[in-house]
Amino acid sequence: MNRSLFMHPLVQLMWARVLEFIRQPEAVFWVYVFPLIMVVALGLAFRSEPVESMAVDIQESSTAQSIRETLETDLRFRLRISTEKEARRRLRVGKAELIVVADESSDASYKYLFDPTRPGSLLARNATDDVLQRAAGRVDVITTSDSEVRDPGSRYIDFLIPGLIGMGLMGGGMWGVGFAIVDMRIRQLLKRFLGTPMKKRHFLTAMMCSRLIFTIPEIVVLLVFSRLLFGVQNQGSYALVGLLVVLGGFEFAGIGLLVASRAKTLEAVSGLMNLVMVPMWIASGIFFSPDRFPDLAQPFINLLPLTPLIGALRQVMLEGVGLTAIGSELVIILGWGVITFALALRTFRWD
Amino acid sequence: MPYAIECHDLRKMYAGSPPVEAVRGVDLLVEEGECFGVLGPNGAGKTTTIEILEGLLAATSGEARVLGHSWNGAGDKIREQIGISLQETRLSEKLSVLETLTLFRSFYREGISPKEAIKQVSLEEKADSWIKNLSGGQKQRVAVATALVGDPKLLFLDEPTTGLDPQSRRELWGIITDFRSKGGTILITTHYMDEAERLCDRVAIFDHGRILALDSPQNLIDGLGADHMIDFEVDEIGDVSLPDDFGSDLPGVSAARRDADNHCLFVAQPHVVIPALLSCLQEEELELTSLTTRQATLEDVFVHLTGRHLDDVEDES
Ligand SMILES: Nc1ncnc2c1ncn2[C@@H]1O[C@H](COP(=O)(O)OP(=O)(O)OP(=O)(O)O)[C@@H](O)[C@H]1O
Ligand SMILES: [Mg+2]
Repeated sequence: MNRSLFMHPLVQLMWARVLEFIRQPEAVFWVYVFPLIMVVALGLAFRSEPVESMAVDIQESSTAQSIRETLETDLRFRLRISTEKEARRRLRVGKAELIVVADESSDASYKYLFDPTRPGSLLARNATDDVLQRAAGRVDVITTSDSEVRDPGSRYIDFLIPGLIGMGLMGGGMWGVGFAIVDMRIRQLLKRFLGTPMKKRHFLTAMMCSRLIFTIPEIVVLLVFSRLLFGVQNQGSYALVGLLVVLGGFEFAGIGLLVASRAKTLEAVSGLMNLVMVPMWIASGIFFSPDRFPDLAQPFINLLPLTPLIGALRQVMLEGVGLTAIGSELVIILGWGVITFALALRTFRWD
Repeated sequence: MPYAIECHDLRKMYAGSPPVEAVRGVDLLVEEGECFGVLGPNGAGKTTTIEILEGLLAATSGEARVLGHSWNGAGDKIREQIGISLQETRLSEKLSVLETLTLFRSFYREGISPKEAIKQVSLEEKADSWIKNLSGGQKQRVAVATALVGDPKLLFLDEPTTGLDPQSRRELWGIITDFRSKGGTILITTHYMDEAERLCDRVAIFDHGRILALDSPQNLIDGLGADHMIDFEVDEIGDVSLPDDFGSDLPGVSAARRDADNHCLFVAQPHVVIPALLSCLQEEELELTSLTTRQATLEDVFVHLTGRHLDDVEDES
C-alpha cells in the first residue's frame, strides 16, 4: 500500500477500528451471527405453508357419529365429538376452529359455529360445508381445476428480509458507533486525541466509515443465508440494494455519532439510543407494513430515518423498481445522514 | 530567552454544587530546555493546571501561552509541537504497541518513526504485543512513547510514575532525562518528592490550587535554613508527654515539629545539636528509643509550608 496514504490519519483511525473489531470475537458474533439467528427463527415461525389440518368439533347428538364418518373422508379434518360446553370452550381458546351442530328436528340440517375473523375458522367452515353438502347429494354445476401459485416474493419471509436488513443497519450503526465513542470517552482516549493535531472531522468520518466496513459483510451474509434457506430473491438490481445499504449505514452511523456526541456514560448513551430506536422498531415497518398505522401518523412515520430505507429496500427487492422510483426515499435517507453528521461535528465533545 | 510556558493568574472553577475552585491564580514561567516539576498532594490542582496548559480544558480566567502561541487561535500549531501523557488514559487494549504508535504518528506532520519511539522507551521486545498484555510500567512507557512520536519540543507528563515499582520508575526517569538532554522542555507532575528532586531543575509546590513555593529543589531545601533533619522518639510512659515543639529552643535548631510519636528537628549542624539534645533528654529523665539523622528533602519543605505531609488525606469525611 502507498505509504503516505496508509499514514493518513483517516486511514489509520479506520484501520485501528477494524483491527480492534476483528480481534473481538464476541463483537463479531453479535454483529454477524445474531442477525442470522433472527432470520432463521423468524423465517421458521412465519413460514407460509398450506393449511395442513383443521380442528372441527362435532357437538354431541344422535347424529354426531354419522357426521363424523362423513367428514372423515377428508383427511384434513381433526374431528372430535364434544359436549356443547366443552366445544364452546375449545372454540373460544382456539383449540377448535369450528363447531358443527346437527339440528335434531330434521336429519339433514346443520348449524356452524365459528369465528369469522379467524382465517382458519372460515376455512374450516367452508371445507366442512363442502364435504357435508356433497355427501348430501350436491352436484357441482361447473368443473373447476386448482393450480397452486407460490411465487417467491409474495411470502412473509420475502417481506421480512428487507425489514431485517434495515433493522441491522439501524442497530449496527447506532450501537457500533455510539458505544465505541462513549467507551473511548470513558477511557479518556478521546481527551488524549484532543491533545494531538488530529482533526475532529477525520475522527468522526473514520468512525462512520469503519462502521460501513463492518456492515457490508453483515448484509451480504444475511442476503446469502435467506436465499439459501428460504429462497428469498432480489427482484431488483444488486447495485441498488448495495447503494441503499451504504446510504442506510451512513445514515445510522450519523445518528449514532450525534447520540454519542456528548454522552459520558454507557447508561446515558443506551438510554438515548433506545429512545431514538423504539419508535422506528414499532412504526417503520420491520415486521409489518407501516400502512397499518392511522393516516394521521403517516407523514411522521415516513420521515423517520428507518421508514424510507425499509420502504425502498422492499420496493427494489420485492417489486424490482429502479433508481427513479425510490428518489424521495433516497433524499430522506441522505438528508438524515448529512444533517446528523453536520450536527455531530458541531456538538461533539472530546471529554 | 523565550518561554516554553507562560501563564498568568490562571483560574479554574468547576461548576457544580458547591462549585470547586481547583486553580486559584497560578503564575508560571517555564524556560525552554528546563525540566519543571509540579508537586502537590491529591486535589492540589496539578492535573487541572496541566490540562489547561495542554489545551484540554478551558481556564475560567487567565491566559496560557505555550511555545510562544496562545491557545485561542494557534491551537493546532501548539499541538504539533507538544507531546502529552494524561494521568489516566486507557489505550485500546487490542492494538499492539507498534499499531498504537503508528496511529499516533499519523496525527503529526513531522515526527520520529513509530519504531524509533518504541526504541526510546526500550519496548522493542514488546512491539507486537497487545496493550492488554503489558504490565503497568510498560503501559506507562507506551503512553510516554505516544507523546514522543510527534517529536515534540515540549513534553507534558501527568504523574507518569504513580503506581509503578522502583525499577519501572527509574526506567521512566531515564526516558525523561534523555529527552531533556536533547534540548526538550518537560512539565511533569508528581507526588514523589524524590522524583522531583532528582529530575527537575525547578519545582512549584502546589496546595489548594495555589503555588506555595517555586524554586530549584536545592534552593527550596536551603530555604528551610537547615538542610538536616533529626528524627527521634522517646519512651513516653504514663503522664510524661513532650510538647509538640520540644527541642525548638535548643541552640542550632531552626524548627521542630511532631507527627505522632516522631519528633523532628530542622538543623544545620547535627553534630552540634545531637549532644545538646541528648543531655537535655537526660535532664528530663527520658529514655530515647530511636534517633536518626538525614538530609532534608522537598517533603520537609512541604511539611514546613503546610504542616501536612504530601500523602496526608485531606478531607477524612
Ligand atoms: N471535572 C471536575 N469536576 C469537578 N471538580 C473537579 C473536576 N476535576 C477535578 N475536580 C476537583 O478539582 C480539584 C483539583 O483536582 P486535580 O485533579 O487538578 O488535582 P490533582 O492535583 O491533579 O490531584 P491528584 O494528585 O489526585 O491527581 C479537586 O478538588 C477535584 O475534586
Ligand atoms: Mg492529578
